[in-house]
Amino acid sequence: MKPALDWLDQRTGYKKLLHETLFENVPGGARWRYVWGSTLAFCFTIQVITGLALWLAYSPSSQTAWESVYFIQHEMWGGWFLRGLHHFTAQAMTVLLVIHLMQVVIDGAYKAPRELNFWSGIVLLLLTLGLSLTGYLLPWDQKGFWATKVATNIAAITPFIGPALQKVVVGGNDYGHHTLTRFFALHAGFIPGAIIAFIGVHIYLFRRHGITPKEPRRRPDAAFWPDQVLRDAVACLAVLLVVLFLIFRFHGAELGAPADPSEQFSAARPEWYFLFLFELLKYFPGGTEIWGAIVIPGILMGILAAMPFVGNWKLGHRFNVTFLWAMLVGIGALTFLALKADRGNPDYHAAVLAAERDAHRAVLLAQSPEGIPPTGAVTLLRQDAFTQGPKLFAKNCASCHRYDGHDGVGGQPKDAPSAADLKGFASREWLTGLLDPAKITTPHYFGGSKLQGGKMAKFVKDDVAAFSAEAKTDLAKALTALSAEARLKTQHAADQRDASLIQSGTKALIGTTLGCMDCHKFHDSGEELGSAPDLTGYGSREWLIDFIHNPEHPRFYGSRNDRMPAFGVEKQLTTQEIGLITDWLRGEWYEPKKL
Amino acid sequence: MEPKPITSLPPDRRDFITKAAAIAIGGAIAVVPPLAGLAVFVDPLRRKSEAGSAVLVATLGAIPENGEPRKFPVLATKIDAWNRTPHVPVGAVYLQRLKDNQIRAFNVVCPHAGCFVDFRPTKGHYHCPCHDSSFSLDGQILDPKSPSPRGLDDLPVEIRQGSEVWVTFQNFRAGVHEKIPV
Repeated sequence: MKPALDWLDQRTGYKKLLHETLFENVPGGARWRYVWGSTLAFCFTIQVITGLALWLAYSPSSQTAWESVYFIQHEMWGGWFLRGLHHFTAQAMTVLLVIHLMQVVIDGAYKAPRELNFWSGIVLLLLTLGLSLTGYLLPWDQKGFWATKVATNIAAITPFIGPALQKVVVGGNDYGHHTLTRFFALHAGFIPGAIIAFIGVHIYLFRRHGITPKEPRRRPDAAFWPDQVLRDAVACLAVLLVVLFLIFRFHGAELGAPADPSEQFSAARPEWYFLFLFELLKYFPGGTEIWGAIVIPGILMGILAAMPFVGNWKLGHRFNVTFLWAMLVGIGALTFLALKADRGNPDYHAAVLAAERDAHRAVLLAQSPEGIPPTGAVTLLRQDAFTQGPKLFAKNCASCHRYDGHDGVGGQPKDAPSAADLKGFASREWLTGLLDPAKITTPHYFGGSKLQGGKMAKFVKDDVAAFSAEAKTDLAKALTALSAEARLKTQHAADQRDASLIQSGTKALIGTTLGCMDCHKFHDSGEELGSAPDLTGYGSREWLIDFIHNPEHPRFYGSRNDRMPAFGVEKQLTTQEIGLITDWLRGEWYEPKKL
Repeated sequence: MEPKPITSLPPDRRDFITKAAAIAIGGAIAVVPPLAGLAVFVDPLRRKSEAGSAVLVATLGAIPENGEPRKFPVLATKIDAWNRTPHVPVGAVYLQRLKDNQIRAFNVVCPHAGCFVDFRPTKGHYHCPCHDSSFSLDGQILDPKSPSPRGLDDLPVEIRQGSEVWVTFQNFRAGVHEKIPV
């Protein structure tokens, strides 16, 4: 072995290099306070390795970015762990950068002749924050999309170059493929390249000037190896353990719903360590935000960079340390205010819940047998009844109707309900309530509409109320038969089980005892169309779509329609939208098979 | 024996030419690759802002008669670098019915930093969920502390065929007092 190593040493001089690396003098011996630089180098190494591994599977374009990250997270071996490691190490790096900066300032390690080392450290801090900012967008989920959009809009207010800067960074006038390709190039190429160069400078200068010892020195000088190396290794292990804890605690990094530039995202917030800037912006009224976004942060960075000069004065060091603490307390206070404002904001909570619902749903749909189409995962949510149904209902139906007492998305419209509550429409339970003399004229059914004075309400209140016990049994059977017409997914098992009951119910429905066919039509029985809604296929997908399309059609309410718009005829809703509302009301949406 | 000088020029002059040539050639070869990259880097600056075009957004019947604004998606052809996708949402507008059956349209984008504003029916005003700007029904800044530099951006509306609401859709630069199309 030794001859081989000697051979190598003669040609490379590695022994001298190794000796210089390991036996650097640590004045006053090894100390825990010197570990922070090493933990940062360790984190950066993790980021390079995990980043390259993520690169193997990531595809930056607006139709593939979320999709490829989804695939890493949910389909690839250990993908969730890899993403988690990259994500939480990034967070750890930000914290460690601040601690490293504090240690350097408190120990006076920024003073001459180490000015350049200090400045290269500040550049590294800014570059790392740049990595965070660019990395936040890459999964192309709603959260990253909207938060980054705000960030680039704010960049545009930079004097003179702002708009051009924004265009160059975004890759055009609007967010799209080129935003991703550019952010990815910055995130994985330009910025890491610059960081490696500056780390080189930083470590070279550090070695040139040596450690700034913390006085008083407790022990005699010692070599870097092995005491300090051990401490550095233990510190890196601690960082890794914290990161591992976070990965398992949160099961990797979050992935929101795919970015949709036309879909509101009211929970848009930057990463937690930028929250102070976000909060600061709230205090600058229209047109003065340049102070919060650029001038104040710029002045603070300027004072930070001037520390080596300030430190030369008699009280300079004290000023610097006080300034740093004050800045950190200020940042902490703003972060706290931002979190506090969100905690007390019900709209924000609702938006977060809605975002989590969409995120969860997007993954379910992506995992469905149909999978993600080439147009991207955003179309999955746009065409999903479970996602769009409640929103469309809230917007178009909830000014009169309710769904389980709310507007579909959980809110309460301004006006009281003036048409039926459609939760469980055409189900046995719903129909039983409709035919209940005590319920039909409540707001849950006809109470709010002019139908409460109509023939049906009168029939239920007078005739049904006076039904004999036998007729009541017939009515219950008939309603079971009518409800079976809807072919509801939720009643599928019950309808199959009760086939014979439904058969006798059909007889009761078209028989003369109940009198349904005096006004209604049911398949080949009953009145001509026009006197009451057709009960053929009542509540089925096709029936409901036609009804929403035009309730004034003779097959439905005809001229007796109250206020319901003919959504299809008047083009208030597209055919696709009517289908989505219908499917949602009928509980027809994709659900994974239970194992 | 002393070696003969290889040229008759004095040494410092020969040095000068060598140095100048080395710098010129070295500089020239170092400049080409960054310049080639720079061209692509600044290419987005060529993309001019697009003039808004009229889009059919809704029918009159879909806009509440009680004067409450309602949000509608704007479907148009989206151009994203090499992709051209017809009939997809490119933005959204709030449409509101005014007294004499006139329609008012606002771009939903907050002029502050680009989030979508919400209409709050209980309070009767618009609110931005990001930095708390608020706007009155006519789009003006409501709370003077709002970080938005201008009111909501109104858009030209045209009623065609008696009931079709066409909006000339356009986005504007955020964060400035003036309404500059992007």
